[in-house]
Amino acid sequence: MRTFRGGVHPPERKELSKDAPIERLPLPEVLYIPLSQHTGAPAKPLVKKKDKVKRGTKIGEIQGFISANVHSPVSGTVKGIGPWYHPLGKKQDVVIIEVEGDEPEEGVGEERDVDKLSKEELVEAVKEAGIVGLGGAAFPTHVKLSPPKPIDTVILNGAECEPYLTSDYRIMMEMPEKVIEGARIIKRILEPERVIVGIEDNKPDAAERIKEVAARENWIEVVLLKTKYPQGSEKQLIYALTGRQVPSGGLPFDVGVLVQNVGTCVAIYEAVRYKKPLYERVVTVTGGVNEPKNLMVPIGTPVKNLIDYAGGAKGEIGKVIFGGPMMGLAQLSLDVPVIKGTSGVLVQLKQEVFAGEERGCIRCASCVDVCPMGLVPVMMANVIEAGKHEMAEKLGVLDCIECGCCAYVCPTKRNLVQYFKYAKREIIKKKKKG
Amino acid sequence: MTILIPVLTLGGLGLAFGLFLTYAAKKFHVEVDPRVEKILEVLPGANCGACGAPGCEGFAVGVVEGRYPVHGCVAGGKEVAEKIAAIMGVEAGEVERRIAVVRCRGDRENAPRLAEYQGVKSCKMLDLIGGDKGCVYGCLGLGDCVEACPFEAIYMGENGLPVVIEERCTGCGECVRACPRGIMDLIPHNQLVYVACVSPERGQDVTKVCKTGCIGCSLCARLAPEEKITMDGFLPVVHHEKIENYDDLNTAVEKCPTKVLIRRNA
Repeated sequence: MRTFRGGVHPPERKELSKDAPIERLPLPEVLYIPLSQHTGAPAKPLVKKKDKVKRGTKIGEIQGFISANVHSPVSGTVKGIGPWYHPLGKKQDVVIIEVEGDEPEEGVGEERDVDKLSKEELVEAVKEAGIVGLGGAAFPTHVKLSPPKPIDTVILNGAECEPYLTSDYRIMMEMPEKVIEGARIIKRILEPERVIVGIEDNKPDAAERIKEVAARENWIEVVLLKTKYPQGSEKQLIYALTGRQVPSGGLPFDVGVLVQNVGTCVAIYEAVRYKKPLYERVVTVTGGVNEPKNLMVPIGTPVKNLIDYAGGAKGEIGKVIFGGPMMGLAQLSLDVPVIKGTSGVLVQLKQEVFAGEERGCIRCASCVDVCPMGLVPVMMANVIEAGKHEMAEKLGVLDCIECGCCAYVCPTKRNLVQYFKYAKREIIKKKKKG
Repeated sequence: MTILIPVLTLGGLGLAFGLFLTYAAKKFHVEVDPRVEKILEVLPGANCGACGAPGCEGFAVGVVEGRYPVHGCVAGGKEVAEKIAAIMGVEAGEVERRIAVVRCRGDRENAPRLAEYQGVKSCKMLDLIGGDKGCVYGCLGLGDCVEACPFEAIYMGENGLPVVIEERCTGCGECVRACPRGIMDLIPHNQLVYVACVSPERGQDVTKVCKTGCIGCSLCARLAPEEKITMDGFLPVVHHEKIENYDDLNTAVEKCPTKVLIRRNA
């Protein structure tokens, strides 16, 4: 079975929500749509207070190359633009929309003949629809589709290695045709030699569904991967499927590979074929809620609406995490909106949350064994604690993918990833300054 | 008799090395300006870096070489500047003494925590994830400023806000650099009124998360004569250069509804 070095195997807990079909969340009363939901520059607001918007109206415009458009998922009135809680921590500017209905903007939903569009028009359609990677990092997709080097392998990421999350699984089960059609568009743009779908072997039925549809095509391979975290991480996935290693500081196109999440493929297809901007996404609501669900959620919906719709919490809420338990971010408030990169909402009850303090390192080297990037987490954390960021850089902290395997196995519960995230931010800030 | 052998050997070796070292000291002698050492003696010696030089020795060398002014040591203040001026044989310039203030009054009671934080106990690490308070601009209370202060002039108060001991504060600015949220600020020593809030949000949003935040009502700007206080967005600015007598601002300080306009003792 194909895999990579290192990694961990936490309890999967996918059974909670894996059999819940994707349901549409009823429209909330107010949406808080952040202008920055992606890697890169925030979008420039195009609306002002009291403006009327419709479903699919562009409310934020791309600024610079690495950025993305933002659209309204509903029809309604703009109540204002101002700072609001953001899943990434700091408050950021959001467009507040009072929801009135579901009336679509002119042109949204219009069918197009994909085959008649040129490559440039295809990329433009993706850019216009504001599509970003739906796996979590939210990197603008049109940038990935305009690589500076030729791509010979396209990988569709259906690994979904994070425990609890089932949104990609449901997408593969319910709309495999759309995944393949999205892949066909990517194939037309990049003209790769191979297109591979990578799926972890704990989801054989999803692999079966994709295989059924792919059987009609002769250009797509479906490969099962060993169930191990972080199998769905870009670099680990590329290594497992092609044996190629992305160089330190490099990107997948350096080794001729492009990785797209299966959910992103669906979004690409819908954007190109039906002119549908990315204004909603599938979110798994799971953990300590009464009815774990997979929901189609309008971007900007406050997380409390999702938890309420999933039957509320089973007890006192200890933590609400956006994403999975390994890489997800704990949230400060239940008013935080869902953004394009939110693949799941995990509710942990008070008794499930570890409440102790971190203690000193016992030098057991467990973190060294599991690091999928071959780094030495303990050394990096020690030098960062002492404020020596240059030394941490030499030890390769910028190659850290923040997967959290080291912190997961640490017997003294050191907050290793927090140190690395902090140091990475400081080092990059310093580099930008000069 | 055997004892004489080691005594003579070691004695001889000692003598040989002694002579060699004396010779080396003469031969490789480096001329150090005696003023550097004298200046180093009068400097506070905290290596705070507020002057811009890498430590006190760097500053002393810099002064002798003319790269730094004699009044460049902020921490030492006027007294040290005069002493350095005497050593260098010039007039001391004016050092503006500055002092650190805490621009937040949102303690545990007034600005409650929304969540319990369990990560690394450091403000800069907590700020990375957005903090644990409803107010995302306010003091995080984990004491990075306390740790950074080279003069032990800041301690963490019981209510979770740092307190500056003004007599000890030298205005070196280490706390300002350590604070990830810009709560620590340096003001001129004789500026007696400052604004203890940095939240740029509208009043209604501030009151939701803090009882003692600035609500941007601009009452102080209206009460202070001759534009001594003006509004910048939802925060007032005290114009120190326009103010001769701080008693002019007494009404503004008294009438401030959330008491964020703080009057320091002279």
